[in-house]
Amino acid sequence: MQFILNGKKVNAQAHPMKRLLDVLREDLGLTGTKEGCGEGECGACTVLINGKAVCSCLIPFAQVKGTKIKTIEGIHHPLQEAFAREGGAQCGICTPGFIMSALTLPANVSLKQMQISLSGNLCRCTGYMGIYRAVKKGLSTAGKKKLLRRKISTARKRALKK
Amino acid sequence: MRTAISTLKLLEPNSLNQAFKIMESHPGITPMAGCTDLYVSLNFGTLRSTQFLNLWGLSDLKKIRIQGDLLSIGSLATYTQIIHSTPVKKWIPMLVQAAHSIGGMQIQNRGTIGGNIANGSPAGDTLPVLAAAEAVVILASSRGTRRVPFNSFYTGYRKTVMQQNELILSVEIPKLKGKQWFRKVGTRSAQAISKIVMAAVSRKNASGKNLRIGIGSVAPTVIRLYKTEEILAQTGDIAEAQKTLCSEIQPIDDLRSTAYYRKTVAANLLAEWWEKHLV
Repeated sequence: MQFILNGKKVNAQAHPMKRLLDVLREDLGLTGTKEGCGEGECGACTVLINGKAVCSCLIPFAQVKGTKIKTIEGIHHPLQEAFAREGGAQCGICTPGFIMSALTLPANVSLKQMQISLSGNLCRCTGYMGIYRAVKKGLSTAGKKKLLRRKISTARKRALKK
Repeated sequence: MRTAISTLKLLEPNSLNQAFKIMESHPGITPMAGCTDLYVSLNFGTLRSTQFLNLWGLSDLKKIRIQGDLLSIGSLATYTQIIHSTPVKKWIPMLVQAAHSIGGMQIQNRGTIGGNIANGSPAGDTLPVLAAAEAVVILASSRGTRRVPFNSFYTGYRKTVMQQNELILSVEIPKLKGKQWFRKVGTRSAQAISKIVMAAVSRKNASGKNLRIGIGSVAPTVIRLYKTEEILAQTGDIAEAQKTLCSEIQPIDDLRSTAYYRKTVAANLLAEWWEKHLV
């Protein structure tokens, strides 16, 4: 069955009822996605399907046919460093899930928005304040980098025109 | 995962007609949509079914449409779709509130309104809304379609009027006039299964007040509080209405709450709604 995994076309074989979580971990060797509760409460297994955060423990493999999947292994984002620096990660089991959920938020995210959007991810170590700091910092750094890249590319275009 | 998946069979129709044919030839097959509830049972090894029908690809069932005075919400519309739908926000804001209160973002991205209806849990969070809004469920099989008023859809605990070969196509909700109210009480405000969930519509017109209340987690099915509605509309006596409410519901003690708590909170919610919207 074909789908796009972290930007690359993949053709994987597994039972159509196998959980996406197990296909990722066991068949494709991507163990960054963690299993927590196995019932959609904790968000440790969060991945993005077509840009939307979902619990990979509740997704039959058959339902990912033709989709674009992103897992923590496919991410290079300032959120990762921010989680390390701001005390957003302690034991680390919830961290990949939090980062995947946070990726769907805007650069200028508010505390309220974070609280609502990350309510599907549970952390038993940090007390969440480190996580909120990390998400805010990571997303704003990413936003600034994006803006800078845009500025550089328009400046380059202008220079080439002259 | 406590279920041996190698023993399970999944059938994948390309069209609705094909789905109906499979249902005729595989009696007892379990339809699956967003799997946010089904896969919980599968994971815990409590699911009896071994044959499944994957409906997720039937994109016709995902649409939310306006049809005259009605909103038609496809059974595969997700909670996220409902939350962002302009017509739902405009006409049935209490359904948007209910969708917001279900699970986290990950569940809202996959869970469907048709799944909530078919699953038939007395704690289903969109169900009191559908009861108070007097929605109609559209069922279909290879033999045709039929319309069932939501308030006669359930016959008992997780039992519905659906035949084995029928699927839910959509749910039709009239564009509501008057004030809407939704309140869910759970262990915490996010990610909880309700201990009490209540939705109400109130409209004042020339002949008096028209009140409709749907309530969940207090009986084997989600119910309408017909007697309480009548007493409130006629007398406006909130104490009497609270007493009637307590006789109309049959809550139980279970792992989430107690019958006493549920009765007390249900009566309090009725008073809250009455004071906020109707006095």
